Amino acid sequence: MKYIDEFNDPELARRLLDEIRATATRPWALMEVCGGQTHSIIRHGIDQLLPEQVELIHGPGCPVCVTPLDVIDQALEIAARREVIFCSFGDMLRVPGSDRDLFRVKGEGGDVRVVYSPLDALELARRNPDRQVVFFAIGFETTAPANAMAVHRARREGLGNFSLLVSHVRVPPAIEAIMTAPSCRVQGFLAAGHVCSVMGTAEYPGLADRFGVPIVVTGFEPLDILEGIRRTVRQLELGEHRVENAYPRAVRDDGNPAAVRMIEEVFEVTDRNWRGIGCIPSSGWRLSEAFRAYDAEHRFDVAGIRTEEPAECRSGEVLQGLIKPTECAAFGTTCTPRTPLGATMVSSEGACAAYYLYRRMNAPAPQGVRPAAEEMNPVA
Amino acid sequence: MCLAVPGKVVAIEDGADPLTGLIDFGGVRKQACLEYVPDVRVGEYVIVHVGFALQRLDEESALASLKLFEELGLLEEEFGDAWQQAAREAGEPAPAGHPDGGSEAR
Amino acid sequence: MPEPLTDVVDPAAWTCPAPLRDQPVVVMGHGGGGALSAELMEQVFAPAYGNSTLAALTDSSVLELGGARLAFSTDSYVVRPLFFPGGCLGDLAVNGTINDLAMSGARPAYLSAAFVLEEGVELAVVERIARAMGAASEAAGVTIATGDTKVVESGHGDGVYVTTAGVGLVPDGVDIRPQRARPGDVVVVSGPIGLHGVAIMSVREGLEFGVEVASDSAPLADLVAAMLAVTPDIHVLRDPTRGGLAASLNEIARASGTGVRLSERAVPVPDAVANACGFLGLDPLYVANEGRLVAFVPPAAAEEVLAAMRAHPNGAEAVVIGECVAEHPGMVVVATGLGGTRVVDLPLGEQLPRIC
Repeated sequence: MKYIDEFNDPELARRLLDEIRATATRPWALMEVCGGQTHSIIRHGIDQLLPEQVELIHGPGCPVCVTPLDVIDQALEIAARREVIFCSFGDMLRVPGSDRDLFRVKGEGGDVRVVYSPLDALELARRNPDRQVVFFAIGFETTAPANAMAVHRARREGLGNFSLLVSHVRVPPAIEAIMTAPSCRVQGFLAAGHVCSVMGTAEYPGLADRFGVPIVVTGFEPLDILEGIRRTVRQLELGEHRVENAYPRAVRDDGNPAAVRMIEEVFEVTDRNWRGIGCIPSSGWRLSEAFRAYDAEHRFDVAGIRTEEPAECRSGEVLQGLIKPTECAAFGTTCTPRTPLGATMVSSEGACAAYYLYRRMNAPAPQGVRPAAEEMNPVA
Repeated sequence: MCLAVPGKVVAIEDGADPLTGLIDFGGVRKQACLEYVPDVRVGEYVIVHVGFALQRLDEESALASLKLFEELGLLEEEFGDAWQQAAREAGEPAPAGHPDGGSEAR
Repeated sequence: MPEPLTDVVDPAAWTCPAPLRDQPVVVMGHGGGGALSAELMEQVFAPAYGNSTLAALTDSSVLELGGARLAFSTDSYVVRPLFFPGGCLGDLAVNGTINDLAMSGARPAYLSAAFVLEEGVELAVVERIARAMGAASEAAGVTIATGDTKVVESGHGDGVYVTTAGVGLVPDGVDIRPQRARPGDVVVVSGPIGLHGVAIMSVREGLEFGVEVASDSAPLADLVAAMLAVTPDIHVLRDPTRGGLAASLNEIARASGTGVRLSERAVPVPDAVANACGFLGLDPLYVANEGRLVAFVPPAAAEEVLAAMRAHPNGAEAVVIGECVAEHPGMVVVATGLGGTRVVDLPLGEQLPRIC
C-alpha cells in the first residue's frame, strides 16, 4: 500500500535509529501527544528500540480515554431510552462509566450501534424518522470536521430526530496544561499529524516559544515516528525550540481551510473536563448557538448529570509521566485490563495496560505454575 | 487520536451531495466524503478518517522524506559542528521542563 | 505571560473513575471467544456441570466409550449475514464442528443439526442453508445423522440459528491437547489468516474488494489425517476461529505453562486482510478464520509434517510462524518487522473498529 509500506522499511528504520542514537547525548523526555502514535509505537515495539536516553511519555491523546465520566454517564442515560438509537465509534463501547458501559446498556436492551462514520448515523436518522438518533461526537480536531458536517447537514435537511452528544477536545490547550503543571518532565512534543492535517501548524509556534519546547508535527508509520523523535532530539541537543513539520506529505501549514471553516461554523470553544486530568480551560468544542437545537445534552435534559471521579488511582500522574504505572497501589491488584480503574488501563495502548502486559512477561511464573494475574488468565 | 489511512481516489460520483468518491485502500474500497478536498482528482491520494477525506497526500514531500532517510548517516559530517556546539552548551540550563528529573522514571 | 494553570491541573489531584465490576448481564463479548467467554465457562458452566472432562476446555472432548476413544463436540452458529463471500451459515455449521473434532486428531463420522428458525424467514433461505450443509458434509465424508427444528416468534430470533454436534474416533497413540505444548515445539499455521473475518466484515461495513476476498471455510479433518500419517506425536492442534490466532495461541500458552514466540514477518497475512484491518483499526492476529489450523509439532518431525501439509489442498500455504519457548509462560510475544517485540494478549471480547 502506497504511503504505508515505504514508511515501514526496516532498513531505513535502522538508519533513523542509528541517527537518534548518535544524536542523543543526554536523557530527554519526549511526549507523543496522540494515542494513534502510542498505538504504533507499541505495535512495532519502537519504544524498545530507542536508546535509553530517549524516554517516550504517552500523552493524553486518546479521545476515547479522555472523554470525561460525566459525559459517559450522560451517554449511558440517553442510550438506555427506548426511543433512542445511540450511535458510537466502536472503541467507545467498552469505556466504563460510573457503574456500567455501553455494552452493558446494549445487553440490557438499549439500541446501541457501532458506526464507522457520523454520516452513517445521519443515514439512520433519515431511515428511522420515528426514532431519536443520537451520535456520540467524541474526538480531537481530526474528527471534528466529520462530526460538524453531520450536524450541518441534519439542520439543512431539517432532520429533527438527529442530535449529537458532544465531547470534543483540542490539542493546544492540553499541551499548555501539561507544560504549566508543577513538576512537568516533558521536554519536547511529537505533535499529532492528523490533527495538523486539519488545523495546520499556526497554533504551535506560540507554545514552543512560551515553554521553550520543540514541537515536531509527526506522522504515524514507524519511519514517521522515528523521524519525529530524531528531529525533536536534534533540536533539544542544539538548544532549539521550533515547530517543525516532519509529516509534510499530509500536513500543510494552513491545514485544511474548508474543514476549519466548517468547524468554526458549527462549534464554539468551551472549557472541557478530561478524564483523569480535570478541567482544562478552552480545551473543548461544543455546538454553537445556531446548532444548539441538535445538542443531545439539552434535548434529553442530561446536562444535570455530574459525576465525581473518586480518587482511587493515579492515571493522571501516569499520563504526565510523573510516576510509573507500577507505582500506583491499585496497579495489577484492583486495577487490571479486565477491571480497569482508569483510562490508561482501558485502552490497549494505555500506559498502564502496556506495563501490565510487560510486567507479566518479565516476571515469569515458575514452570508449571499458573501465571500470577489470575484475573487475566481464566483459561490457565 | 485518529486512525486515518491513505487511499487512492478511484472514482468521483457525479452530482452526489455531499461530494462523494470511491477510495481504494490497497484493494479494499470504500466510499468517502470529499467535501473537504473539493478539487481532488481521480488518481490522487487522500488521507481518510471516519469516512471523510481530510487532506490530499503530497507525493513530492513523501519522496523527499524517504530520500532524507536514505541519506542519513551521510549527514553526520555536515552537522559535526552543531553537535560540538550542543556539547558546549550542555552546561547551560536545558531548554525545557525539569531535566533534573529526566532520567528518574526510566 | 498568561496565568499558569497550576490550580486547574494539579497532577496530585488528578483522579480516576470508580472500578467497573463484573457484568451482571450477558454482553456480546461473552460470545467473542476471548477472556469474557473463558470467564463464563470457568465461573458459570464448569462449576455447574462439575466434571473434569469439561474442565480441560478443549475444542472437543475425548471420551472412552465401549473401548473406543471418541471425540465429541458441539457448537452454535449465529453468523450475520447468513450468506457471505465464500460461504454461508450452512458450511460453517458443518465445517466448524468437523474442525473442532479434528483438533483432537479425530476422524469425524456423524453430526447432528438443530435449527432455531424465526417466524417469517423465507423457506428458500432455510433450504439454501440445508443444501450447503448437505454438500459440506458429503465433501468431508460425514453423515448428518439426527436433527431438530424449533421456531420462535418473529422478533425473537435473528432468522436462522444452527447448532451442530459431532462425534469421531481418535486413532490409537494420538493425544492432541493444548496442555501438551512443549518448549522447542515448532508453531505452524496451515495458510493465510484473517480471510473469514474480513469477508464477513466487508459485508457489515460496506467494504468492496478490488480482489475477491472470500471466507476460508473448509473442513480440516483430511489435512489432520495427513499430518498424523507423518507422526502421531503432534502435540497441539487448534482452529483459530473467534478471537483469531491470538486467542488460540494464548489459550495454548496458558494451558501448557509455556510461552509462544512469533515472527511477525512469518505470519501470512494477505494484503487485502492487512489493508482492511488497517482501515478499520483491527489487528489481523485477532481476526476469525474458519478453515485454518495452528499446530505445535516436535522439532524433529516439523519439516516432514510441513511437507505433508503443503501436499494437501487445505494446507498448500502452510508455514512456520514461530516456536514454543520456556520463557514468559502463558504469554504470546511477537517479534515485530522492525526488530522490537510486542505482547499479543488474549482479547477481552470481540474486536471493534476504532477511531484512535
